[in-house]
Parts: sequence; structure tokens; C-alpha cells
Amino acid sequence: MSDSDDAETTTPSGGDLVKRHHLATRIWHWTNAVTLLVMLMSGLTIFNAHPRLSWGEYGANPDHAWLQIGAENGGGYIRVGEAQITTTGVFGLWVDSEGQPQNRAFPSWATIPSDYNLADARLWHFFFAWVLALALVAFLLISLANRHIWRDLRIRLSELSPAHIWHDIKEHAALRFPVGAAALDYNILQKLSYVGVIFILLPLVILTGLTMSPTMDAAWPWLLDLFGGRASARSLHFIAAFLLFAFFVVHMVMVVLAGPFNEVRSMVTGWYRLPRERAEEPEPVSEGESA
Amino acid sequence: MTDKLLLSRRKLIGGLGVGAGGLILSGCDALGANEGFRSVLRSGEDLTYRAQRLVSDRNALAKEFEEADMSPLFRANGNIMPASTDYAAHLATNFADWRLVVDGLVARPLSVPLAALMAMPQRSQITRHDCVEGWSAIGKWQGPNLSHILSLARLLPSARYIVFHCADSFGSHPYYESIDLVDALHPQSILAWRMNDAALPVAHGAPIRLRVERQLGYKQAKYVMRIEARERIDTLYRGKGGFWEDDVGYQWYAGI
Repeated sequence: MSDSDDAETTTPSGGDLVKRHHLATRIWHWTNAVTLLVMLMSGLTIFNAHPRLSWGEYGANPDHAWLQIGAENGGGYIRVGEAQITTTGVFGLWVDSEGQPQNRAFPSWATIPSDYNLADARLWHFFFAWVLALALVAFLLISLANRHIWRDLRIRLSELSPAHIWHDIKEHAALRFPVGAAALDYNILQKLSYVGVIFILLPLVILTGLTMSPTMDAAWPWLLDLFGGRASARSLHFIAAFLLFAFFVVHMVMVVLAGPFNEVRSMVTGWYRLPRERAEEPEPVSEGESA
Repeated sequence: MTDKLLLSRRKLIGGLGVGAGGLILSGCDALGANEGFRSVLRSGEDLTYRAQRLVSDRNALAKEFEEADMSPLFRANGNIMPASTDYAAHLATNFADWRLVVDGLVARPLSVPLAALMAMPQRSQITRHDCVEGWSAIGKWQGPNLSHILSLARLLPSARYIVFHCADSFGSHPYYESIDLVDALHPQSILAWRMNDAALPVAHGAPIRLRVERQLGYKQAKYVMRIEARERIDTLYRGKGGFWEDDVGYQWYAGI
């Protein structure tokens, strides 16, 4: 604990407890954790009402769908373009808690509410949509003011060199995460993921959501031009949601691999213990090896 | 007291049994059934209505398309044939004796034959129909402006909503819908008797259906028999301003 006081003035090293996350970052993180889970699961109920995705201005049952989840001949399937995989038991055709077969696209354990109810799903979805959008705007404004974006998320040109990215990929694959003071900075893969979520996926999921609104299309006609129509916006909305889910999965794996207690503590209290330098590896320079 | 504790612990263990996902879900289902929590969720609905009205000009038009953009096949949804004998009789005579009733808070109640609706100034528009389920279709609609008919009937100053009473019903509940005056007087709000350059098919609401282009499909009332101007809608039927609003709780303002 004592070593945290001089964290501002001297370079901290492995084993030090350092202040890592602003209060605003932590509040936003946990707000998002709940909000995105609700948005995703209520969104799956809404998808179940019309389990097909199309491109263009319109798309209904008689029209071509590039993705479809359904059931035929006693089996569930997901069809993407010409490819079709059997998903019986999980998607398209599954058995509910009472043992009854159901042919909704997504099973009840993945949806809010668990029983198909489009009206309630929309109630959840459109309340939390406000939370998602307002929290994102607040986070961006505060993070510009406290320089979180500039200091921690800014991608430097040198970091984008293939050699540098490839080096980081190899380090990740070998589960060799940065230690000591280096662990204070986000590596390029982290930066790309966070920047991708904050500046691309979240705005994309919000704007494509708005494009599905007939009132918003009248108010902001550029939405339809931007995404190429309502059916396209609906497709992009689900793709963005899927990528956010993929981020969530990778994020969970990385937290577990990097040390879940330390990581969760840093996102709850703000304090993070820097990983100690590895003994077997010759570190370039490590002044203050006080451990 | 201990019974309650025991029960909730059992519930908890049961929830853990099917995993954390199950726990989250049963928690969400319980929250979703709680009236206090539901009213919090519903506040989002109100916020959405106000925000959408704030950012959209009252005359902002829904996008209009070219003939080439139209859906090859326009899906019919909801009721596709009203069950009433009255309706069957009108259909048999091709709506020759049918009248659109306009009443309620108007200075001059009307009873308008279909031929008179066809003879009024017409508006034709190719627009996108968005179902609450997520599908959409583009079709061509033609008919007189609702604002023209309301101006003939002369709305009283106390009128705040326009209600559409329909010939179809679900069980014992007749279909109806309501919109506010911003949408009722909108230039694209028409009573369509033509669809895709032909008489409006029965499956799509013959003899007339409402087009209110900035809202979802369930607001586009089919088989409109009577238009009523009202000061309030919470005293009508089950109080939510429309059949689906009453029956399953869809938003009254279906702008998203």
C-alpha cells in the first residue's frame, strides 16, 4: 500500500499498487456491462419475431434473406447465403424447460424475457437504449476532459507497423502479458479493441438502431443514405451486436488469463497491482526492483 | 419470515443449478413482472416519444421511393378478412352502399361514400411499411389526405386525437387505432383506397386503410369504418389507444 503514494513521481514497477482507472471509466464500464447484456438478450427476442436478415431498403418473408434461422424436417438450422448448418437443440429448434419443442430462432435461456414477448422485449430494449447512448456520450465527454482518450487510447503510427502488431499477437498467443510499468499502457491489440468498440461498434449499433425507426428516417433522412436502407441497417445492427458479443467473450477470456482478481479489483476500486517482472527473462532495464 | 427466506434460498439454489445465465434470466423475468420496474422501463417510451417529436419537424416527410424500388410481393399481416356480416354484405356489393362515418368532436359530422373519397383531391406515395416484427415492404398508396376530410368535418378546438374504428376484430375485441393531431394533419397521412395501382385488396384493408407513414405497421389501421375525433383516448376500450397497445402493450407512439 505504501508504494502507491509516490506512484505519480517515480516510475512504478512490478508489485506496486497503482491507480489505473478513473471513476468515470469504472462507472461507465459497469453500466455498459449491464446495459449491453440487456440490449443483446432483448435484441435476440426482437430478432425472433422475424428471424431473417436482408440487404437493401426493404425485406420481408417473400424477399431474399442472406441470413435465416429456422426449422425444417424436424431440425433447426442457420443459413448464411448458400451455406447451412444444423443447429438442432440450440437455434431454430430446441426444447424448453417444460420439455416442449420450440421453433423460435434463439432459445429462452438467451433472451429477455425468457418467454417470447415482443412487446416486453421492446420495452427493455428501448429503455436501455437510452442508457447506452447517454452513457456513451457522457463517457466520451469526460474522457476527452480527463485526457483518458488522448493518454491511453490514442494509437501511435509506430504501433500500427505490421512488425509491432505481429509481435503483440505472438506475445498474446504465448500468454506473455506486459509486466511492470509497461503493464500501465494498453498494448496495440487492446487499443484496437477498445477504440473499435467505443468509436466504431457502439456508434454503429446506435445509429443503425435509429435507422430502423420510421420517425427517425423522416427526421434524419441521411440515416437511410448512410446505411443503404432499413433492411441493410437491420443487418448491420445485428452484425455490430454480434461483434460486441465477440468482444465480450474475448474480454472475459483475457481477464481470466491476466488474473481475474487484480483485473476486477482495478475496475471496481481503480487500484491495480502491476504484474511482477518475470525472473527467468532478462528485462531490458528494471530500476527499482524493490520486490 | 423464515419461510420466505427459505423459499428465496431455494430459488437461489435452483437458479444456480441452471447456471449464472439462468439466474440472470429469472432475475430479469422477475424484474419485468414488477410493476414499479415496468413503469421505469416505460419512462423510456415517453422519453422516446418526446425526443422524436423534438428532433422531427411536424411536416418532415417519410422517404418516398421510385416504382422500381417496390417490393415484388407485399406481405399482408394481421386480419386478412373481417368476420362481420356487415362487412361481408359491403364486400358483396363492392362497397356501393358503404359510408365512412366522421364524428365525435367535429362541428359537421360526415357520412362519406367511397365514390366521394375517390373524387377528393388525391395524394399518391410510394413508401416503406415497417412492421413491429422487423420486416418491411415498399408499396404505392393513393387516397385523399386525412387533413382534407378533417377540415370538411371541422375539428372542434377540444379535439386532440383521431380514432379509427375498424371492421375487423380479434376475438371479442374490435380493432382500432388512434393518432395525435400532428400525425393526423401530416401531409402524408392519407386514407388509401388504392394500393400498387389497383383497388385496395381485402387482405390489405379494403375499402380504405390509414397510412401514417412515420409510424409502425400496427398503426396503419385497415378496414376503417368510422373516424372519431376525441379529447382523450384513455376512456376508450381498454384505455391504451389501440388494439395492440391494449392487448400486448405495444407503444402507442410507434415511431421506433
